[in-house]
Amino acid sequence: MTELKNIRNFSIVAHIDHGKSTLADRLIQLTGTVAERDMKEQLLDAMDIERERGITIKANTVRIEYPAKDGETYVLNLIDTPGHVDFAYEVSRSMQAVEGSLLVVDASQGVEAQTLANVYQAIDADHEIVPVLNKVDLPAADCDRVAEQIEDVIGIDATDAVRISAKTGIGIPDVLEAIVTRLPAPKGDRDAPLKAMLVDSYYDAYLGVVVIIRVIDGVIKKGDRIKMMRTGGLYPVDRLGVFRPAMQNIAELGPGEIGFLTASIKQVRDTRVGDTITHEKKGCTEPLPGFKPAQPVVFCGLFPVDSAEFEDLRDAIEKLALNDASFSYEMETSAALGFGFRCGFLGLLHLEVIRDRLEREYGIDLITTAPSVIYHVHMKDGTMQELHNPADMPDLTYVDHIEEPRIKATILVPDEYLGDVLKLCQDRRGIQQDLTYAGTRAMVVYDLPLNEVVFDFYDRLKSVTKGYASFDYQMIGYRADFLVKMQVLVNDEPVDALSTMVHRDRAEQRGRAMCEKLKELIPRHMFKIPIQAAIGGRVIARETLSAMRKDVTAKCYGGDATRKKKLLEKQKAGKKKMRQFGKVEIPQQAFINALKMDD
Amino acid sequence: MKVDDWQNGGFGLYLHWPFCQAKCPYCDFNSHVSALIDQDRWKNAYLSEIARVGAQTQGRVLNTVFFGGGTPSMMEPSLVAAIIEKIRATWPTSNDMEVTLEANPTSVEAGRFQGYRDAGVNRISMGVQALNDNDLRRLGRLHSVAEARAAFDIARNTFDRVSFDLIYARQDQSADHWRAELSEALTMAIDHLSLYQLTIESGTAFGDRYERGKLRGLPDDDSAGDMYFITQELCEKAGMPAYEVSNHARPGSESRHNKIYWRYGDYAGVGPGAHGRVTIDGNRYATDTPLQPGAWLNSVEKTGSGEANSIALPLKDQVTEYLLMGMRLIDGISLSRYESLARKPLCHNKINELSEIGVVVHEGDNLRPTPQGLAVLNAVLRELLPE
Repeated sequence: MTELKNIRNFSIVAHIDHGKSTLADRLIQLTGTVAERDMKEQLLDAMDIERERGITIKANTVRIEYPAKDGETYVLNLIDTPGHVDFAYEVSRSMQAVEGSLLVVDASQGVEAQTLANVYQAIDADHEIVPVLNKVDLPAADCDRVAEQIEDVIGIDATDAVRISAKTGIGIPDVLEAIVTRLPAPKGDRDAPLKAMLVDSYYDAYLGVVVIIRVIDGVIKKGDRIKMMRTGGLYPVDRLGVFRPAMQNIAELGPGEIGFLTASIKQVRDTRVGDTITHEKKGCTEPLPGFKPAQPVVFCGLFPVDSAEFEDLRDAIEKLALNDASFSYEMETSAALGFGFRCGFLGLLHLEVIRDRLEREYGIDLITTAPSVIYHVHMKDGTMQELHNPADMPDLTYVDHIEEPRIKATILVPDEYLGDVLKLCQDRRGIQQDLTYAGTRAMVVYDLPLNEVVFDFYDRLKSVTKGYASFDYQMIGYRADFLVKMQVLVNDEPVDALSTMVHRDRAEQRGRAMCEKLKELIPRHMFKIPIQAAIGGRVIARETLSAMRKDVTAKCYGGDATRKKKLLEKQKAGKKKMRQFGKVEIPQQAFINALKMDD
Repeated sequence: MKVDDWQNGGFGLYLHWPFCQAKCPYCDFNSHVSALIDQDRWKNAYLSEIARVGAQTQGRVLNTVFFGGGTPSMMEPSLVAAIIEKIRATWPTSNDMEVTLEANPTSVEAGRFQGYRDAGVNRISMGVQALNDNDLRRLGRLHSVAEARAAFDIARNTFDRVSFDLIYARQDQSADHWRAELSEALTMAIDHLSLYQLTIESGTAFGDRYERGKLRGLPDDDSAGDMYFITQELCEKAGMPAYEVSNHARPGSESRHNKIYWRYGDYAGVGPGAHGRVTIDGNRYATDTPLQPGAWLNSVEKTGSGEANSIALPLKDQVTEYLLMGMRLIDGISLSRYESLARKPLCHNKINELSEIGVVVHEGDNLRPTPQGLAVLNAVLRELLPE
């Protein structure tokens, strides 16, 4: 057990690629926490997807022992928080578990929107913040300008910003010293009843569920019987330890300490981020504030391309869900796609991560239907239905009005692209809230409907700004608007997987764009195919895919039979990658690509 | 007695001569350019192979012989004569046995036509390819239009049956251009025409150029489709309707040899890269031979056999081949024959669906493509092929 005054708990706030993981690696290395030979890049990012995409999905912690210049040895606990808006709640819990943050900004790039969102969370959590300017060794580094920007945009004093290069190691000792001298020690009462926050959890094949905790008050020991205050679960503590970053067992964890426990918990689902852990007997009475159950905001259907793989998909989804409480699923049947699942995600990145894992780790080819947000459908009888799937839209005669979720989007963009960004936001039914400048970059704040953003907003933003814009958002609530369900009919048959909710004023434009897109995506058939978009029974857009005119092999004689047979069999097998709608075959990727708007 | 399936299609012999004066940039056939060809050595090898396949198919009546290539008109007439003599000594032949030889339309080759006729060749198929000197050059042909016409005149005076090939949907060719060219060709035509849409095959010079984006001016699919339908229209008016996707003839003058392929009969293949389908003891074998001329010669000389592979075709493959060959014919296929190969009838729902959209006609035992269906035959076959 460590004295409170010798503990410092902190997180690192940074934009992707600004050097968070590299800095963490250097801190671990410099304090000798990991032997040189065991060092590998991005120690804390455990999952392949995390390493590949350079993002963090799960919170990670590491305990570093640092002999400071004042002669005392300090225990520094770093929590590496998820760095994406999809995981805003998880980030907020991690932030609550520490007292300070290092704000890492790339001295050659400056502040990004994502940095802003996370730093505001740190400020909300009353953190002491130490600005760190990274990559000062780069020729493009402009420390003074970036320090000024930090003061202007974020409003914190950056005169004492630590100047480092995580890559070369310049300034790393100064960071360690700043953590000790500038961040506060945690507070807590060793004699009070146990109160610890569940920061995150994950499934380990050997240990079962591993729970990361921050002890606020009291002491937790191996063998204690604990209680999860929100879920009511009771467990005996099997094992207690800290990450260095390898697991190291420890006899007890006291106030201010961060570590892990295992307690024969079977599913990650049984552990809720932000829950309060106390003793079963003589526990604390009040749980920690701020707990929120996981709330999926984006939904889509996942169907196996090969309907024979439905059971495999079910197994895979169940396994993934065990390790991810924020991901919801229920069985769905689509007239067109057969059996599949309607799944809920924290955001688009979360959706992509889960879909990637299903395809990669479980080898299942998937059809992903149009992502949808949750609409509030207010009925004439005064009741409200949550609509997760446009295919389930109730009969309009019973509907009074529909509300949709809105977000506050913050975009930082170099001046020259501002016009394109404003147009994009305007096209997506945005309402401008704010427009300010920080140097040559504009900060735009828009109130946008989430459904205009979930699909390809970020892709479009990157493309119109050549990748120079950064973007972040938070949910701000629901608002009524004139929303309708747009159906797509292919060869006069409605394709439910292509139904979307759209604003009435944008319906014609969206319908036209979608019909045109589908006309490109669906291969020609032996007959002509009308492609229509409709609201209710009324067709608002129509394209005709003409019949194929010629598809025949010119020469086929005795010597060609073997080769042509193989070719045809290959083509025939290729048809299995398509889905049959009436007489029409639609390729798998059409479901997603049809919704991508080129604006 | 049970009748083998091949007997519905007949029995023919294909001989492959693998040499050309030059390789055409569009051609993906097994052809090679060689300065020195020992025709005696080749003769011995062909005769030995005829004896070998003759022993496997003893007693069958041979209906057709086809000298293909390569450029078989590079063969000495004496070589052709020796081969035909050996054939007649090996199999009983039908009275009207068709013997076709592919020829390039140059003066050198035309000089051998009488010799071929004396050897027993009774049908010539000439690779004219275009009636436009500029396009002939682009196609890598060594002859001019005038030369081709002169060779053709010699051919028509030597043989009763003469066919020639043209390639359309060439670079920078418009539908009107093709209409004019084909009209001219039809005034020359005797009884048979093979009209192929230019197909860019990978592994050819055109294929490489196409992949590098350097093969410009090719008509798009729709205009190539237009040219295909113009072809059907003009040939029909001229009394030479299509009897197969790319082949047109006066009724009765169809290539009997090629119809053996399309009617899925048996054919023995002799020469480098020649394929065969030969039924022995109730099993249909797919045979092939080494592609390289030298390798084939060595194999024949050292082992007494030019056969590289002989695989008993599973019924499923025979069904596929019957469909993909048979539906190329205007006459289509026999459903009872399909059923006896597939051991089950062709799916009725599929037939009905395809009839409804107007790409096939189903009448009694016969299933055949409509003119529309023939143009999109690959799509029709993707539907009809067994799962």
